[in-house]
Amino acid sequence: MLDYASLKVIWWLLVGVLLVGFAIMDGHDMGVGTLLPFVGKDDTERRVVINTVGPHWDGNQVWFITGGGAIFAAWPLVYATAFSGFYWAMLLVLWALFFRPVGFDYRSKIDNPTWRSVWDWGLFVGGTVPPLIFGVAFGNLLQGVPFHFDNNLLSTYDGSFWGLLNPFALLCGVVSSAMISFHGGVYLAHLTEGEIQQRAQRWVRVTGLVWLAGFTLAGIWLALGIDGYVISSAVQANELPDPLAKTVSRVAGAWLGNYQRWPLTMLLPATGYLGCIAAMLLLRNGRSFAAFWASATGLAGVIGTAGISMFPFVMPSSSHPASSLTVWDSVSSQLTLQLMLVATLIFMPLIIVYTRWAYKVMGGKVTAAYVRENNHSAY
Amino acid sequence: MLDNVVDLSRLQFAVTALYHFLFVPLTIGMVWMLVIMEAVWVMTGKQVYQDMTRFWGKLFGINFALGVTTGITMEFQFGTNWAYYSHYVGDIFGAPLAIEGLMAFFLESTMIGLFFFGWNRLSRKQHLLVTILMAIGTNLSALWILIANGWMQNPVGAEFSYQTMRMEMTDFAALLFNPDAQAKFVHTVSAGYVTGAMFVLSISSWYLLRGRNVEFARKSFRIAAAFGFASICSVIVLGDESGYTVGEAQQTKLAAIEAMWHTEPAPASFNLLAWPNEKRMENDWQLSIPWVMGLIGTRSVGKQIPGIHEIMAQNRLRIQSGMLAVQALESLRRDRNDSAASKVLEAHKQDLGFGLLLKKYTADVATATPQMIDAAARDTIPRVAPMFWSFRLMVGMGMAMLLLFGWSFWASLKGDFQHRPRLLKLALCCLPLPWLSCELGWVVAEYGRQPWTIYGVLPTRLSVSTLSVESLYGSLAGFVGFYTVLLVVEMMLMVRFARQGPGSLGTGRYDHETAH
Repeated sequence: MLDYASLKVIWWLLVGVLLVGFAIMDGHDMGVGTLLPFVGKDDTERRVVINTVGPHWDGNQVWFITGGGAIFAAWPLVYATAFSGFYWAMLLVLWALFFRPVGFDYRSKIDNPTWRSVWDWGLFVGGTVPPLIFGVAFGNLLQGVPFHFDNNLLSTYDGSFWGLLNPFALLCGVVSSAMISFHGGVYLAHLTEGEIQQRAQRWVRVTGLVWLAGFTLAGIWLALGIDGYVISSAVQANELPDPLAKTVSRVAGAWLGNYQRWPLTMLLPATGYLGCIAAMLLLRNGRSFAAFWASATGLAGVIGTAGISMFPFVMPSSSHPASSLTVWDSVSSQLTLQLMLVATLIFMPLIIVYTRWAYKVMGGKVTAAYVRENNHSAY
Repeated sequence: MLDNVVDLSRLQFAVTALYHFLFVPLTIGMVWMLVIMEAVWVMTGKQVYQDMTRFWGKLFGINFALGVTTGITMEFQFGTNWAYYSHYVGDIFGAPLAIEGLMAFFLESTMIGLFFFGWNRLSRKQHLLVTILMAIGTNLSALWILIANGWMQNPVGAEFSYQTMRMEMTDFAALLFNPDAQAKFVHTVSAGYVTGAMFVLSISSWYLLRGRNVEFARKSFRIAAAFGFASICSVIVLGDESGYTVGEAQQTKLAAIEAMWHTEPAPASFNLLAWPNEKRMENDWQLSIPWVMGLIGTRSVGKQIPGIHEIMAQNRLRIQSGMLAVQALESLRRDRNDSAASKVLEAHKQDLGFGLLLKKYTADVATATPQMIDAAARDTIPRVAPMFWSFRLMVGMGMAMLLLFGWSFWASLKGDFQHRPRLLKLALCCLPLPWLSCELGWVVAEYGRQPWTIYGVLPTRLSVSTLSVESLYGSLAGFVGFYTVLLVVEMMLMVRFARQGPGSLGTGRYDHETAH
């Protein structure tokens, strides 16, 4: 059997995998939502755009739900502290997500331009707000979040909602939004043709440049202007999790420590760049399917960069550093981690197999003719 | 006026859960009716059955969209509003939620896309397989969420750890095969099946009353009558089963439901009607049937069922024992190596939750007065009248539905139901009953667990997040606003498509075709 420390690291990786899965799968249909009002000029075009993700958005959204459930099960303290601390940010994500199921399903059920336009903007909100806020949240995690625990591990958030909207966090929000719209644009370019495809490609070029520039700027800022956190007491990886048992100090440049310790991790930021660039080049050469996976790899690179920069921290506390949550002390019991690992290893491959089948069945370009022929069943 | 975070958090949870539960039972039930209709289509090749699958599927989809929308709220809310709960029991409670995602939601949500979009891309058999997988996914999600909920009612397979300051899982199988969870699962999904059947039965009756799409409506009515009759029988039988398990794990709930203030010599009598008086802790009057309660509650003539006063007396002892556990825990949180305290905690661990009830009255549990202990013991009993009446209304509606489905099933066997306007009108009038009884069922199960989030382990008032009252008012207003608009939109679409009927499919085979 795996020892507790290994399980803790595996779960850090698995949460990362779920986040990347969420970004790739739900990300592309959120990106499509963001681009919807801009690449679809009339009702038919918009229906084409929506129907590229019509059969899949619901399944994709489960990456998000399962990610939340996995964090609840594997990192209950992170789930409790982050969701309650980021109360209003979380509610904004949630309320933005409200627009998606109803937007997709109800939009084309009534043939009225105002009705449809309202839902189109609803889908825009539902696709744009969550990635923006997740980016902002990551920006705050990298700086540390003001919270502390009392002796019974009741968490209290010491900051305000407005404090989350600081310049570095907003920059991270921009990077996240750009990545997700980029990814959605590549997906659209793959599944549409003609003018919609051309507009999508134009958006891919713009958002790709924002992605590259924003990622670079954030990296420089992180290296020069943001203090990292280090555990200054002995690391007790195999011990029972207790976030109050350690001491933590803030050290300038500490977020670069892991790249010096394990130079191979520098591949992660490199992938963040290369994925984006490769996707743009492949798309220019008409290889849109390969471009999609290049873009997906780029997403994994950027998310991995944020994760490895902070490792072993998950949620550092800026107001009470000793309350910081790390991979070692915010986890569930060994039994729960084991059980959840088994469940993930059984179900994740199955999910990938039937998701792939669903995409294969629904494969092929979505066109105006498709929407016309399926007027009563398509969105 | 609510002025504290605990009550506001409870209100927000109740509002969002009851609202979510308007959509879930219909999804759970209708999905199997779609399986039946489509299976008949695949077997007989009769076009009308495919049209039925597609039309009822359309209404199913309108409902499903709101089920998804409001379901995400439920998952978020444990973290946003019940942060201490999430920490304290996440080790156990989080697992079924995550497995629900992995095993059920992915399957259900991937297949629902293919269900709606795959008609021209899949063979008949493949499409039927998709529908069946969607139904399995939907019902599995009910299984996992009720395993989680069953654990809140009857927390088996877990133990408190003072080092991590939380409950930790010790036995996954116990969690899985928790009798409360199993009984709840079968009772709740059956209630969903009744809801799906009533929906199809009522709307089909409306078509028949209007003489529209008669063949389509007749076939739908028949399936709904048979499916509904089987389901309502199962709800009632399995409801009795969950009554029995309540008797073992949560006697308090049973005593409140039955307004049983005093322990009676076995077998106890059943209060058919009563007027519970919370102040006097007696019934002002009651109409009892001898023996019945003892037989239902214990399946025996010899076992006693404890009344409220006796339960309070037992709980008073547990609170006193729990005080020692809380004090020992506090010492251990200051000094993890305090072996004397660890021994005391070990001895009184089972009553730790009861000791925590005193936190309502004093921060320092060690100094609790006998009056505080009395008050805490009184708190362990949920308010009796809401429980008593919710339960009776739920059961009454269940019986009414039994009669309706019995009559419908009999009439559909005879085949003359479309000429029985009284039956059809009754079926139409009964449309709201399953929703009302499902909501009341939630009240009985969850309100009846108060003052606990996890029965006997964690008091509700300690489970909340550290939030401000203003935040709670803001979020509650937001939810009410969004949910009201969404409900109006959903009902508008539902009524519109139900009125239009299968003509909305645009096949050219039905009345009221859409012009396209």
